[in-house]
Amino acid sequence: MSLQDDIKTRIIPDRLNSRLSGYLKSWESLLVAVAVAVFIINSLSSPYFLDAWNLSDATFNFTEKGLIALAMALVIISGEIDLSVAGIIALASTAMGYALQFDVGTVGLVAIGLSVGALCGLFNGVLVTVMGLPSIVATIGTMSLFRGLSFVVLGDKAFNGYPTSFAFFGQGYVFWVITFELVLFAAMAVLFGILLSKTNFGRTIYAIGNNPTAALFSGIRVDRVKMILFLLTGLMSGLAAVCLTSRLGSTRPSIATGWELEIITMVVLGGINILGGSGTIVGVVLAALVIGMVTFGFGLLNIPGIVMSIFIGLLLILVIALPIVYRRVRKG
Amino acid sequence: MKRILLSREIMLAFAIVLLTGGIALRFPGFIAPNNIALVFNDTSILIILALGQMAVILTRCIDLSMASNLALSGMVVAMINAAFPGVPIPALIGLAIIVGTILGAVNGLLVWKLDIPPIVVTLGTLTIYRGLIFVISDGAWVNSHEMSAAFKALPRSVIAGLPVLSWVAIATIGLAFFAIRRLPLGRSLYAVGGDPHAAVYTGIDVGKTRFMAFSIAGGLSGLAGYLWVSRYAVSYVDIAGGFELSIIAACVIGGVSIAGGIGSVGGAVLGALFLGVINNALPVINVSPFWQMAISGTAIIVAVALNVRSERTKGRIILKRAEAAV
Repeated sequence: MSLQDDIKTRIIPDRLNSRLSGYLKSWESLLVAVAVAVFIINSLSSPYFLDAWNLSDATFNFTEKGLIALAMALVIISGEIDLSVAGIIALASTAMGYALQFDVGTVGLVAIGLSVGALCGLFNGVLVTVMGLPSIVATIGTMSLFRGLSFVVLGDKAFNGYPTSFAFFGQGYVFWVITFELVLFAAMAVLFGILLSKTNFGRTIYAIGNNPTAALFSGIRVDRVKMILFLLTGLMSGLAAVCLTSRLGSTRPSIATGWELEIITMVVLGGINILGGSGTIVGVVLAALVIGMVTFGFGLLNIPGIVMSIFIGLLLILVIALPIVYRRVRKG
Repeated sequence: MKRILLSREIMLAFAIVLLTGGIALRFPGFIAPNNIALVFNDTSILIILALGQMAVILTRCIDLSMASNLALSGMVVAMINAAFPGVPIPALIGLAIIVGTILGAVNGLLVWKLDIPPIVVTLGTLTIYRGLIFVISDGAWVNSHEMSAAFKALPRSVIAGLPVLSWVAIATIGLAFFAIRRLPLGRSLYAVGGDPHAAVYTGIDVGKTRFMAFSIAGGLSGLAGYLWVSRYAVSYVDIAGGFELSIIAACVIGGVSIAGGIGSVGGAVLGALFLGVINNALPVINVSPFWQMAISGTAIIVAVALNVRSERTKGRIILKRAEAAV
């Protein structure tokens, strides 16, 4: 794809395991260090931080975005990108709200949310693989299309009145302070972690991201893998839409605006190479935790969300820039 | 001849004429010269920004921070105008351009000196610049009554039948035409995007060219920042939120290839006008403005599909990406 065919990005390391894994290890340990530091600073600066219920509330800052980030990580490792995820949330949520009038019940609502998400993902997949469009612009298009359809249906109105049993997904607790969303995120993280690092399918994703041509010659069905990844991202966006809609209890077309960029920030911060080919799910989970805790800690200190976003933006650039500067200094 | 007829600009111009013609059949008022001037004026800011974005995309980069840059530069001059109404307007416009250029240069430096992928850099600066507006303004609005009359009047004042805002867009188009065709920098934008390796061998500094492209996009964002806040006579944290994607959409619809190296000034301008016509036509033909987003989304997808088809015809690509992978 376009943005990655640059001069410096086509170097394929010949000793893949030793150097690369060492580097990746240090990346994740860096993230752990950041997470611990944020945790300590937070607990020192606010007496309300170390409260089980407060911490439990704080998890909402990252669980829904994290669900999508897991799938987005795979898409980015394969060398593509999906900017339409927040649009999918809007459309899936709108579909669920629309279905309310037909009295489909909670199971029906969830099924609708998930299938609309999957259909949107499939549509992205067709654009990228069958029609061969660059994913970055194709999904900018579908991002407007999906959210636009949501605006067409809803205009300036909102859907309310979700059944009480539907509230469990975004507001329910599984055990004591452990929310359903947190359990769901943890389970999905394990699933995606296994999928990426322990299965054949996971290895092919790395292969495609490192060199799609070589992957094709090695007998990997590149297009089919990419199609599955876009479908999976759509499905996870549908899942996030179920959780978010359930938590908010209403649907507006502006739901989850700007999330695509926050999710990509999460993924890149987690050490996934934006040019494809490397990164781990552990990193993404750690990045989700860091972002969630930073957001929560700043919130406790009454620092407005927008100032927080400066910090996240700086973190994103610094975390990418530091290893580059470090390597350059070491080289002399 | 066939080539000219099938060229992207002609096809797009034809589509725009067809679109306006269709609307004019039902609503003749839409093609009154007055209204056409209005539509152009309404699209002026998008045209200016699309030209800046084109310079960046030509070099295989992308700038997601233009709308935040616009809002920040706009806020800076709006606050100065509110605090010191005596500062002459040309000085403020100059300042807006300088602030914008510096913000763009920051993007360019990070891409040039640190080799960070442009999408990551501008994703970061998108949130940072937006956040800085809050920091300098403390979340407060600069409202119409706080701005000086001259500050608000400039984009509206009419010269030779057209508002200054339109003239600025026309001047920018003219400059872009000249720069892209006649200046070494304009040519190197294409060279860098077309084949960075070859560009290096021909003595073009790839990184520096990208830096220049980002700075130009930044400067134009700064200019658009002044135009935006003075035209709408208000400045707050969220102005032009999400506009970065409309800017990219205008370029893509105009045939600028996201893979770099392909695109023209005329195309980018027509792409912006296409979006402008749609935006202005919907209320006229009594379609809810809520359709706007879905329609421009569809337009982007169709445009990209057309781009990919036209790009495929050149050369023989046995495997997709085989060319790029060399």
